[in-house]
Amino acid sequence: MERLTFTLAAAKQAGGLRQQAIIGVVASGNLEVMLERSAPSGTCTFEIETAAHGFGAVWEAVLNDFVARRAAGGLRITINDGGARPDTVALRLAQGVRLIEGDEA
Amino acid sequence: MSVISALRNETTSWYEASARQRIDALVDRGSLTEFVGPAARETSPHLAIFGLPTQLDDGIVVGEAALDGRAVLVAAQEGRFMGGAFGEVHGAKLVGLLRAARATRRDVLICFDTGGVRLQEANAGELAIAEIIRALVLARLAGVQVVGLIGGRAGCYGGGGLIAACCSTLIVTEQGRISVTGPEVIETNKGVEEFDSKDRAFVWRTMGGKHRYLIGGADRLVADSAAAFRAAAIGALSSPTVLDAGTLDAEQARLERRLARFGTAEDATEIWSALGIDPVDDLPALDESSFLARAGGKRESADGAR
Amino acid sequence: MKAWATQKATRAARIEAGSRYARGKAVAAADLPRFLDAVLRPGDRVCLEGDNQKQADLLATALADVDPAKIHDLHMVQSGVVLPAHLDIFEKGIARRLDYSYSGPQAARIARMLFSGQIELGAVHTYLELFARYFVDLTPNVALIAAVSADVAGNLYTGPNTEDTPTIVEATSFKGGLVIAQVKEIVDQVPRVDIPGDQVHFVVEAGKPFYVEPLFTRDPAAITETQILTAMLAIKGLYAPYGVRRLNHGIGFNTAAIELLLPTYGETLGLKGKVCTHWALNPHPTLIPAIEAGWVEQIHCFGSEVGMEDYIAARSDIFFTGLDGSLRSNRAFCQTAGLYACDMFIGSTLQIDLAGHSSTVTASRMAGFGGAPNMGSDPRGRRHSSEPWLKAGAEADPDTHPHLRRGRKLVVQIGETFGDQNVPLFVERLEALTLAEKLDLDLAPVMIYGDDVTHIVTEEGIANLLLCRDRDEREQAIRGIAGYTDIGRGRDRKMVERLRERGVIRRPEDLGIDPLDADRRLLAARSIKDLMLASGGLYRPPSRFRNW
Repeated sequence: MERLTFTLAAAKQAGGLRQQAIIGVVASGNLEVMLERSAPSGTCTFEIETAAHGFGAVWEAVLNDFVARRAAGGLRITINDGGARPDTVALRLAQGVRLIEGDEA
Repeated sequence: MSVISALRNETTSWYEASARQRIDALVDRGSLTEFVGPAARETSPHLAIFGLPTQLDDGIVVGEAALDGRAVLVAAQEGRFMGGAFGEVHGAKLVGLLRAARATRRDVLICFDTGGVRLQEANAGELAIAEIIRALVLARLAGVQVVGLIGGRAGCYGGGGLIAACCSTLIVTEQGRISVTGPEVIETNKGVEEFDSKDRAFVWRTMGGKHRYLIGGADRLVADSAAAFRAAAIGALSSPTVLDAGTLDAEQARLERRLARFGTAEDATEIWSALGIDPVDDLPALDESSFLARAGGKRESADGAR
Repeated sequence: MKAWATQKATRAARIEAGSRYARGKAVAAADLPRFLDAVLRPGDRVCLEGDNQKQADLLATALADVDPAKIHDLHMVQSGVVLPAHLDIFEKGIARRLDYSYSGPQAARIARMLFSGQIELGAVHTYLELFARYFVDLTPNVALIAAVSADVAGNLYTGPNTEDTPTIVEATSFKGGLVIAQVKEIVDQVPRVDIPGDQVHFVVEAGKPFYVEPLFTRDPAAITETQILTAMLAIKGLYAPYGVRRLNHGIGFNTAAIELLLPTYGETLGLKGKVCTHWALNPHPTLIPAIEAGWVEQIHCFGSEVGMEDYIAARSDIFFTGLDGSLRSNRAFCQTAGLYACDMFIGSTLQIDLAGHSSTVTASRMAGFGGAPNMGSDPRGRRHSSEPWLKAGAEADPDTHPHLRRGRKLVVQIGETFGDQNVPLFVERLEALTLAEKLDLDLAPVMIYGDDVTHIVTEEGIANLLLCRDRDEREQAIRGIAGYTDIGRGRDRKMVERLRERGVIRRPEDLGIDPLDADRRLLAARSIKDLMLASGGLYRPPSRFRNW
């Protein structure tokens, strides 16, 4: 397992009032993403455990786009990854932010 | 606003749903309070040794909720994480829930979706199965109903099949498979002539929900939707079964009769014909209501035990 | 004096030689090798019927069993090189030269045989192009075709899988060639006459149906959330604004997802009756829910699809059917329909380069072409107008006077940025080029040329290439939706942002698409069984797709 952590500036504060959201499952090519409202405002932290080694640069690219495009300020995000493709990671993160905003899915 | 949120529970396929989606759609809207949830980060201590990723809830959601206004305890296994298999933490969460059920006299709903015990933590998993069965039986003896719901991708195999057999009522879909030994294991040990695990129609005809329902291995057959499971679970809790020596004697006698009657059958279709169902060839293709109309009155029923 | 009817004389000689093994037109299957030895001649141009679906499998096996000392140097002209026997013929020295279109399952072996020089390649064609050449410079001397049944006069019933047969027979029989058909059985009266008996010279009773591959069956259970996202982008970002009513879909999972989202997502967008009403399309099982929900007015088919026969027969308002009730398909007509009468082609591919060229060829696999190059090209001979065609033309060429401006067919490539085994969809250089160099071909096998492509859809967004004004913009528009592939990560971020402001690139959030809707619950059917139930039990999927 490879463990990666990132703390990124996230200008847009996460919307809604839910304290926590979780989406996805840990399976081959899939991942779970848990979002908690416990990071300092203006930042978004990531703790990642991944089965696929050596993709730190791709993770960083995905996460940078995520904090630029979505409202992720103040979120602590925990990820357990079963070797998901970058498009799946980006989709789960986008879904997670929508969930914590409070849309009942 | 998402389009999906406007879709009702009827469109939520149980087979496709995650453990969390199943519980959300099963109990009264928003009534779940989870115990030892993902934020507690109570993950498996064993998987890292094998270089395998953990899941924050170790593949099972447990908690308390309301079902049609009645306080219940619920559990749901995530069949896609490690095949829904029992490990140390996963098993301990279910043991705790069943002990709480006995102490608080609350009925329990268990959404099974499991291939059995995790190979990577086999000793802990096997012990967990034993503890779960003990806790389940003690809860039932105290008058608690334990309803099993089976319709996930992984089916209900191995120790999961043993636990299911101890439940008060089993609700199953056609897709839901119940057995102890899985198709691949039977083929490996007994040969492809005995059991062709690649023949999907044969696997479902033998282990699938329709057959289990017809031979008294499951009590209610429902369509593959969360709404159907919810309605059946409400129905099951309002018609309680009793576990005592009389129940076990009756079930033992039924199983002996069943073996004498069907023991030489080569294929499930022979059993269906012997039950008086006609025709049987298209039985697997029928939707639930047509199936129940043709075969529902001809099935064997269990006696609150299997 | 010059003889002007040598071809007819040759045919008469072939018929006479073959008749020694026939009773009337009927040849026994056991006599096939000797019969073929008698009617074939070295150097013949032979069409062995086979495409991506139906196969004259009995005749293919028999041809591979003839004596290469007697029959050799054949020139095979056929749509599909699909069965092992199709290549055994070359390995044994019976055939030497090949002109064809499609070789899906034999892609690796045909590449090896091309490299080793066992096959002398004419060209890899599109279907219509090969059919056209049957009438100009690749007319067969002998056609080996497949049908369901025949009567003693040789009238043929092809059933739902008519496909290439009328085209092959037309070119062969009316130009002095010999037509030999395999049928399952010889009957007193055929259910309908698909090929008149006077165009057919010999009939072989196979005792079993010809082989058909269920190539167009996509199991909804395998559709991913990312594919659903690309399908939502296509529906909301292309079908809706252009008002695409007449179209063709490829066979990939992305377009299967579109078909299954029409009655759910499409319904919420109010698109029923406004898009997807008329199709040039095989009978895709995944279209059943949309048909049942009343979205579709009519469909013309290239071929049929295994298991769809009864459903088609029960929906004759939608499909083209014969007096016997079953489907009448025709590949040449349907390809023409797809080329000239459809406003959109949308399909998947394996590789797209920075100019938008796409290919399914890799350095070791020569898959050939299916229907995509004909349907996925802008027909310069088109003269009728339609809303999507005019709108696309105006986007590409805003300055020309509207009455002198050509419209444009929408040619859309759709896929995820990473495909199977995490292989990137976007590449600097197509492997088709490497293959062309290795084989010394004049042309690289490009499926769809970049100048025909109007849009590319990935999970990251839609690139509208019609709005790109130069090569740089085009390249950055492609990079801008190429996700986290090397191509995507090599984008000029500022330029991509400017393209997005101009609407050249549109992302899910620009179109108001909620990522939470990328959920399999949105599919109108989630399994083959759902499709069967949606058809009222009329769709009977082949056993490999069943678990009941």
